[in-house]
Amino acid sequence: MSEQVEKLIRKEYSAGFHTDIESETLPPGLNEEVIRFISAKKGEPEWLLEWRLKAFKVWQSMQEPDWAHVTYPKIDFQAISYYSAPKSLADRPKSLDEVDPDLIETYNKLGIPLHEQEMLAGVAVDAVFDSVSVVTTFREKLEEAGVIFCPISEAVHKYPDLVKKYLGSVVPQRDNYYAALNSAVFSDGSFVYIPKGVRSPMELSTYFRINEMNTGQFERTLIIADEGAYVSYLEGCTAPQRDENQLHAAVVELVALDNAEIKYSTVQNWYPGNEEGKGGIYNFVTKRGICHTRAKISWTQVETGSAVTWKYPSCILKGDYSIGEFYSVALTNNFQQADTGTKMIHLGKHTKSTIISKGISAGQSQNAYRGLVRMGPTAEGARNYTQCDSLLIGDRCGAHTFPYIESAHPTAVVEHEATTSKVSDDQMFLCQQRGLDAEKAVSMIVNGFCREVFKQLPMEFAVEAGKLLEVSLEGSVG
Amino acid sequence: MLKIKDLCASVEEKAILRSLNLEIKPGEIHAIMGPNGAGKSTLGNVLAGRPGYEVTSGSVELKGQDLLEMDPEVRAREGLFLAFQYPVEIPGVSNMELLKAAVDAKRQHEGKSELSAIEFMKMAREACKAVSLDQSFLKRGVNEGFSGGEKKRNEIMQMMLLEPSLCILDETDSGLDIDALQVVANGVNAMRSEERSFIVVTHYQRLLDYIVPDFVHVLAHGRIVKSGDKSLALELEAKGYSWLEQEVL
Ligand SMILES: Nc1ncnc2c1ncn2[C@@H]1O[C@H](COP(=O)(O)OP(=O)(O)OP(=O)(O)O)[C@@H](O)[C@H]1O
Ligand SMILES: [Mg+2]
Repeated sequence: MSEQVEKLIRKEYSAGFHTDIESETLPPGLNEEVIRFISAKKGEPEWLLEWRLKAFKVWQSMQEPDWAHVTYPKIDFQAISYYSAPKSLADRPKSLDEVDPDLIETYNKLGIPLHEQEMLAGVAVDAVFDSVSVVTTFREKLEEAGVIFCPISEAVHKYPDLVKKYLGSVVPQRDNYYAALNSAVFSDGSFVYIPKGVRSPMELSTYFRINEMNTGQFERTLIIADEGAYVSYLEGCTAPQRDENQLHAAVVELVALDNAEIKYSTVQNWYPGNEEGKGGIYNFVTKRGICHTRAKISWTQVETGSAVTWKYPSCILKGDYSIGEFYSVALTNNFQQADTGTKMIHLGKHTKSTIISKGISAGQSQNAYRGLVRMGPTAEGARNYTQCDSLLIGDRCGAHTFPYIESAHPTAVVEHEATTSKVSDDQMFLCQQRGLDAEKAVSMIVNGFCREVFKQLPMEFAVEAGKLLEVSLEGSVG
Repeated sequence: MLKIKDLCASVEEKAILRSLNLEIKPGEIHAIMGPNGAGKSTLGNVLAGRPGYEVTSGSVELKGQDLLEMDPEVRAREGLFLAFQYPVEIPGVSNMELLKAAVDAKRQHEGKSELSAIEFMKMAREACKAVSLDQSFLKRGVNEGFSGGEKKRNEIMQMMLLEPSLCILDETDSGLDIDALQVVANGVNAMRSEERSFIVVTHYQRLLDYIVPDFVHVLAHGRIVKSGDKSLALELEAKGYSWLEQEVL
């Protein structure tokens, strides 16, 4: 039997033997006891428990931010349950017949093959085993290259020095309200380490972490590229993800040491809620990377999901000649609200950053870009180029741009371009006159608008992202 | 092929077409001439079903079917093609992508299977060659940064790929240099067939030396005020439109 499967079984079995931890789901509420419970449940070392407790204290002293261009009912943090064990095989649906037909329909529209649908919907069947062997060969290849790619809960035990050194080093606990909360209660997530001078032999995708799919609402990711290393990391998938947990507050930290490069691509498709915006996910994410000398970090994201999104993947360009890039497509439809953007903090000399943001609003949605470019007093000869384009579909939606530029160095150059356009009637008519229906026409025009960003995505991801936009835009034209 | 009866249409509450009648048989080429603002482009737009162009009365049949009942994309799939007077740009969408989708939509409508990417490319390359457009135009954004003449040749290239049964060319000749005019005319002539009809809107009889029409009509004040054969175009070239207006009004 494969190692993966064995582990899965062991995990469920062993859980029942810890007398001090009987329950699989905590009642709602957050206090020190809850944090101790989570830590004990994961068998964490003392230092990590201390770290969580410290974060909890910090969080208690902070206020929920209210400056974003989004509105949502106040979250009652005491009404949330902070731990639930992964679903046992017995609790999972036995076949796709037991899965929400809407979800299956969307999978089909996205062209997701059957066995993958089963995996995504958490179906407890043999079909998953096909992929397990894929995963095993995948792991072997990585091991050969010396690349570490595992759940962060595993890394805490296997690579404590690395975790201890870098956890919270890019996103400090007190960075913001949600980051503090995440630090206190994080469930699980990915850990990646690429050794000196190594190019990861393949793209690392969360998709391969089959048995760790349900990392929960407080995901924590830490990626370290050692000197001269390279890695491309793919997060999420185009399939719509539903979750009983309405609040999601993830933290992602990237560390690119001298001459290293990290490419981080996200396609996020959380459930946005129904047509009136009910029941969607609130996604409050802190993503940040630090670049040492001549290092490079690129964030590429395609966001179509969530009822409320609050997200600013950022780069701290600490080392001289380091490079930060941010390519983003954010689409909102119906009643979705998104407030996203980036921060480029230039500290090193001759650092360079590029921001390409494409916002698409349809329905009655609100889409805001918020970008900060800060040229520090040491950022001699630093450069930023920002291009921020908004596309409106219909006339009940909104697009907003909030650029913040702070330049403390006279030789730093900041360029900002912004455009707002509408899908024009003429463009629509040209497509329809050539035989395309209105929905296909809109999706084609929107895809064209996003082309510069899609070009940055790995090939298969780009194709999927295009299809995703098409599905997400359904019903946006009458 | 096409039967237009007492067609009245308005744009923004303004009556433009006033009881227009026209019948076109398969295989025929009809040239439409007439002063600026007469309603020539409006006729093309109304036939193609452009939103905002409201038919107030009259009827139009395409191959025996009620054209006005159909959505614009269905009209296209049924074989109606409009080469635009001012082709619009669609940034980021490649010509190839649009055309593949267009050809596939039409084939699906006809119950045929989609073309493979390779088959399509072969056809697209040939169409480019036929209108002397470099193949790089397939990869470029639709009309994005094309010169005026390139845009017009691109329209003809699209027409060749879609093999429509009724082609409406709205001033495809204006803005073309002499060689390009020849190229466009050759393209049209190559497509002439028993089953295909053309409406060619033009201001210049020169085009009609290359594309020889079966009929020439004068459209003024929203209706056809005079019809004749090829010689009418020569007469118009010599005399202008004013004599006609006096005759009609
Ligand atoms: N979308 C529109 N909005 C307002 N008026 C319009 C619109 N389209 C056409 N018209 C008006 O309808 C009349 C006919 O225009 P049309 O474009 O059909 O003329 P045409 O015969 O094609 O002229 P030309 O030879 O200059 O191309 C003009 O007075 C024009 O201003
Ligand atoms: Mg005209």
